[in-house]
Amino acid sequence: MTILRRTYLAIFALYLLGPVLVIAAVSFNSKKFLAFPPRGFSFRWYAEIFVANDWFSSLMNSLFIAFVSATLAVLIAMPIAYGAWRYGLRYAKALFALGIAPFILPPVIMALAFLIFYTSVGLYGSMLSVLIAHAIFLLALPLVTISLGLESVDQSLIEASQTLGANNTTVFRTVILPIAAPFAFAGFAFCFVLSLNEYIIALMTVGFTVETLPIKIFNALRYGYTPVIASIAVLFLLINITVFSLIARFSNLSRILGALD
Amino acid sequence: MTKPPLTRYLGLIPSSVMIGVFFAIPFAMILLTSVSTPTDDGDYRFAFDLQHFDRFLTWFYVERALFSAGLCALIAVISLLVAFPFTYFLTRFGPRSQTIWLIYILAQLSLSEVLIAFSWQILLSRTSGVGNILEWVGIVEKSFSMAPSAGAVVAALVYLAVPFAVLLLFPALSRLDKSLIEASRTLGASPMRSFFTVVIPVARPAIVSSGVTIFVLTLGAIIVPQVLGRPEHWTLSVLITDQAIFNFNMPFASALAVVLLVLSASVILLVSRFAGGNRS
Repeated sequence: MTILRRTYLAIFALYLLGPVLVIAAVSFNSKKFLAFPPRGFSFRWYAEIFVANDWFSSLMNSLFIAFVSATLAVLIAMPIAYGAWRYGLRYAKALFALGIAPFILPPVIMALAFLIFYTSVGLYGSMLSVLIAHAIFLLALPLVTISLGLESVDQSLIEASQTLGANNTTVFRTVILPIAAPFAFAGFAFCFVLSLNEYIIALMTVGFTVETLPIKIFNALRYGYTPVIASIAVLFLLINITVFSLIARFSNLSRILGALD
Repeated sequence: MTKPPLTRYLGLIPSSVMIGVFFAIPFAMILLTSVSTPTDDGDYRFAFDLQHFDRFLTWFYVERALFSAGLCALIAVISLLVAFPFTYFLTRFGPRSQTIWLIYILAQLSLSEVLIAFSWQILLSRTSGVGNILEWVGIVEKSFSMAPSAGAVVAALVYLAVPFAVLLLFPALSRLDKSLIEASRTLGASPMRSFFTVVIPVARPAIVSSGVTIFVLTLGAIIVPQVLGRPEHWTLSVLITDQAIFNFNMPFASALAVVLLVLSASVILLVSRFAGGNRS
């Protein structure tokens, strides 16, 4: 059993990590051609991301879109989660369900919906269009994490502070916010990472005006390889790992992932 | 409470506007566009014209829909088989290594499909991939390219789906009542036997719902079938993108999107009914 288990775990880890290791090897290659086993060692393909104007501006576009749309998603989600939890408003619960839907549908459906909508209102191709589209698409994440955070607020704490004369604003600021904030941050971080990596909605809203990194990589794939893509893959994986480590550090990862009640 | 109830709704206005304008309206527009009729100037206007669905009902598109459903079902089954034992072991790891694995799984799950398709393209290429390693080790005489092929599409789609499978199974498996397993062990069951007779039956609802979720998720894959497959491996999602972006045929793209929507919804309903009615 132990041998069987070890073998299975080793194969599983190899399957998951193998492609990443090959890409990492390719990204440190010093030649223009992709080679494995790699020949020579260099950081030139990492430098290229920041030196080559087009790669760097795509990276900046992606980071900007991820930051703004994640912020927007949290701002939209906050009142809904709060209204549903604090006052048990049925309307807020309905909005909650509606806000989850875009994330559950196959992304190409939402992408097409945005494309049709934005062309008819004349926003197609504008930066604003992708910012809102990503915020709506990823709204489910802060909705879920903020609700989880609010559920962990002890009702007796609220009652105690009210007995001591705190009004609603003070209760929110001094009791609810400190407990819920890490979960709101987790929602923000999830949105940030997924927006950064998102392709199809960005393509169908700003695909021909603003080049995000995933769009640029897909376009580059058609014209042949460049090791820069490998270094971007490694960079993105590191960004993802960093963000999720931050969530694990400052928020409750196993709770968010549903391991704890 | 000092505030009157109506003011509680005021805070919800901005969020309502955002969801209404940027989700409900665009979504309704897809439905309307799918039954629109073309005008003389090459545009389209809203009507109740089913011609785009008629076009879908030609064998080419029906075959594509069946292929997509079959492929995604296959991916769901394989990724559950691959991920289930791992997730079970993961719940038994120490908290530290559990967190590290979860962070990595989340990071891989979030990695752009574009980058995953690229990685597999490299991995399966003649000059820098597995073939090269096999040649280097001496297993094959000459390195060869393994993509585009059906196998490449399946391998990469399973790679996309496995992290989701792990995270979907994780809650149920980590809440699994450990005393059940201990009881079966005390009664003399081998670890293998208690895994198959206790763990899997108890986790069955989670397995079914994870399978459905992975099926729907895989239906959304767009880049892997294009980059690692031939046109005969293209799924509905690829065809929708193709119609919308390269043919500018919004009505037909919308009709295909409605088909995709109905396909996802009916699988969800069917499986949840089947799984619900079979509880023992």
